[in-house]
Amino acid sequence: MESLLGAVVLGALILYALLAGADYGGGILDLVAGGPRASSQRRAVEKAIGPIWEANHVWLVLVVVVLFTGFSEAFALISTWLFVPLVLLLVGIVLRGAAFTFRAYDRDEESVQRRWGRVFAASSLLAPLMLGTVVGALASGRPGLPPERGLFSWFAPFPLLTGGLATSLFAFLAAVYLTVETEGALREDFRTRALGAGALVFLFALAAGVASYRAAPLVFTGLTRRGFSLPLHVATAVAAIAALSFLFARRWGLARIAAATQVALIVGGWGASQYPYLVVPDVTLASAAAPPATLRLLLEALAVGALALFPSLVLLFRVFKGRRSPSP
Amino acid sequence: MTNLGYARALMGLSLAFHIIFSAVGVALPLLMVLAEWRYLRSGRPELLELAHRWAKGAAILFAVGAVSGTVISFELGLLWPGFMRFAGPIIGMPFSLEGFAFFAEAIFLGIYLYGWDRVSPGLHLASGVVVAVAGAASAFFVTLANAWMNHPAGFDLVLGRASNVDPLAAMFPAGWRAETVHVLLSCYVATGFAVAGVHAWLARRQPESRFHRAALSLALAVGGTAALLQPISGDFSARNVAVNQPVKLAALEGQFRTERGAPLRIGGIPSAAAAETRFSIEVPRALSLLAFHDPDAEVRGLLEWPRDIWPNPLLVHFAFQVMVGLGSWLALLSLAAFVRRRRAQYGSRFLLAVALSGPAGFVALEAGWLVTEWGRQPFTIWGAMRTAEAVTPVPSLALPFWTFTALYLFLGVVSGVLLFRQFASTSKGAALAEGSS
Repeated sequence: MESLLGAVVLGALILYALLAGADYGGGILDLVAGGPRASSQRRAVEKAIGPIWEANHVWLVLVVVVLFTGFSEAFALISTWLFVPLVLLLVGIVLRGAAFTFRAYDRDEESVQRRWGRVFAASSLLAPLMLGTVVGALASGRPGLPPERGLFSWFAPFPLLTGGLATSLFAFLAAVYLTVETEGALREDFRTRALGAGALVFLFALAAGVASYRAAPLVFTGLTRRGFSLPLHVATAVAAIAALSFLFARRWGLARIAAATQVALIVGGWGASQYPYLVVPDVTLASAAAPPATLRLLLEALAVGALALFPSLVLLFRVFKGRRSPSP
Repeated sequence: MTNLGYARALMGLSLAFHIIFSAVGVALPLLMVLAEWRYLRSGRPELLELAHRWAKGAAILFAVGAVSGTVISFELGLLWPGFMRFAGPIIGMPFSLEGFAFFAEAIFLGIYLYGWDRVSPGLHLASGVVVAVAGAASAFFVTLANAWMNHPAGFDLVLGRASNVDPLAAMFPAGWRAETVHVLLSCYVATGFAVAGVHAWLARRQPESRFHRAALSLALAVGGTAALLQPISGDFSARNVAVNQPVKLAALEGQFRTERGAPLRIGGIPSAAAAETRFSIEVPRALSLLAFHDPDAEVRGLLEWPRDIWPNPLLVHFAFQVMVGLGSWLALLSLAAFVRRRRAQYGSRFLLAVALSGPAGFVALEAGWLVTEWGRQPFTIWGAMRTAEAVTPVPSLALPFWTFTALYLFLGVVSGVLLFRQFASTSKGAALAEGSS
């Protein structure tokens, strides 16, 4: 049962990366908006994420509550050990959501809009950076210190590189999605940005892979020597190359599918290589698992909830993403 | 201040901030749906305008509520890992269900806010209804968790560890009905009167505006109904506390000595050192009557318990007086509102009273929340875990405390300004609605 629940957590994280990740990526594209169509780019981002970012954000809340219900030991340990990046992540989350909404409802003056835009964009950069750092720190494992003593152990090359990887991956995802939702010159702008972000993803992935050799032996082993590692590698590489090729070929819909597959495989690959650890080397799924009565009830609630949730999500995305929106 | 002090201050700040936005998130969608529904039935344009304006207010407040709620879900672990390690498996269920309610709110609020021209009127209204129901469900589930902290159930404490965990029994501990009803009603009271207060203020300046009259009548209907039901629910809550947490009752009533036919103390300053409550107005036997529905019932005083499990009687008694006083005032005001509603006439003095009472519901709500939290100290889980045992070992909590204080101050001010502008431009909308009708 605990493995099933672990899979649910990982699945929710993948969906968070695919959906909310792209919303953060939208903020990063706001930050780097430029050229003659800078304000059209910003408007396209705003239009794309406006109706959906709050729903996308809830995946993270779901991860947190399932983690503390099902694996409270791991939740308590992670919260103590990674206190600093988690607080910074929260600052990013709060400022991103608030600034985005304030911009939408504040005065329509250029200076006011720009000011909120800068807060929105900067916090959209901070949040995924910290999220990726937390993931990197989890993958590299906890140093053998009392949790309150290793407070800055995450400030190391590997976690920071995974932070960069997550950030560039989200920007890439957002730009690819936006090529589907825009047209004409604006679409070409996002194509250029997607290719640039894709190059950054490649660099960060390479650097993190090298760093993982020393910093995250489990991930490294998982990535290189376990049974699933070769097919997973091949699949991720194929998805990455496919995404870039489809972008080159301007096959927008296919590029979107390939990019999403690539991100899902990266997050899923991390989870699979870390299995069965929640926190290396102290806590496994089994050692942190709540009593069976709780796990069973939680899984039942998740199943029933999913039955109501997924049709609602489909409705949301069909209403706002169903038809191709005309470019602003 | 100690690290524990900062942890409590940060958690308190986060909750006090979030609670305002979540209370609005429960009640404002109901108002906006009622306005839209009445518009669909009557076709009066000012009602549609009202639904639009309230929806914009809901959008701003929901966004801040969503992110500040996320902060709290993380802070449970960041500040209280001891609590979560112990309580997560027992009481995580209502939080998980709250997660789904939150999902429903976010999805359908997105459809409601951005879908005016994209979905059919029926689906649009239905989306608003889902938001209103899911908002109430969120508050319900979170309050269940708080009820459990007051009356822990669904586990056995064996050598400091929980065994025989029964999460379903933990979800519905003693007193869950009283507490959830009281909290839900407080959301409708606070939001209803805050909204009514703003429109009353503007209606005084534009007495002819149909817009503000429509707004007032809806907000007072919702807030007023809840405010009249709230004293009944409060009576249930108090009797529940009297039975399950007698030391909390003693603290909130400033009762130091055990006595039969205990008086109700209105006002006054409880002094723990002198073990008495000074300067209060005493209503003979009223406390026994209220708490146990028997004028001669025995009420146990604080002195029956060791000092180290007393809540701070000064704080708890004061917050309790504020809550009861403001709640009673709003109930009276609601009676007046319903009388005037029949005559369809709101006079200028009545409008002034409503305008000045705008913040009263929220002050009462915050005070009531402080009563239950301060009244539970020194425990975080009543009788099972002290707050000091739950706190994180991470040092220097002053830094995150001041960071979030600054952040929340900033967000509070900006939300306030933006909401005010929404209402201020409502005046223009009102003129428009006036001209077209």
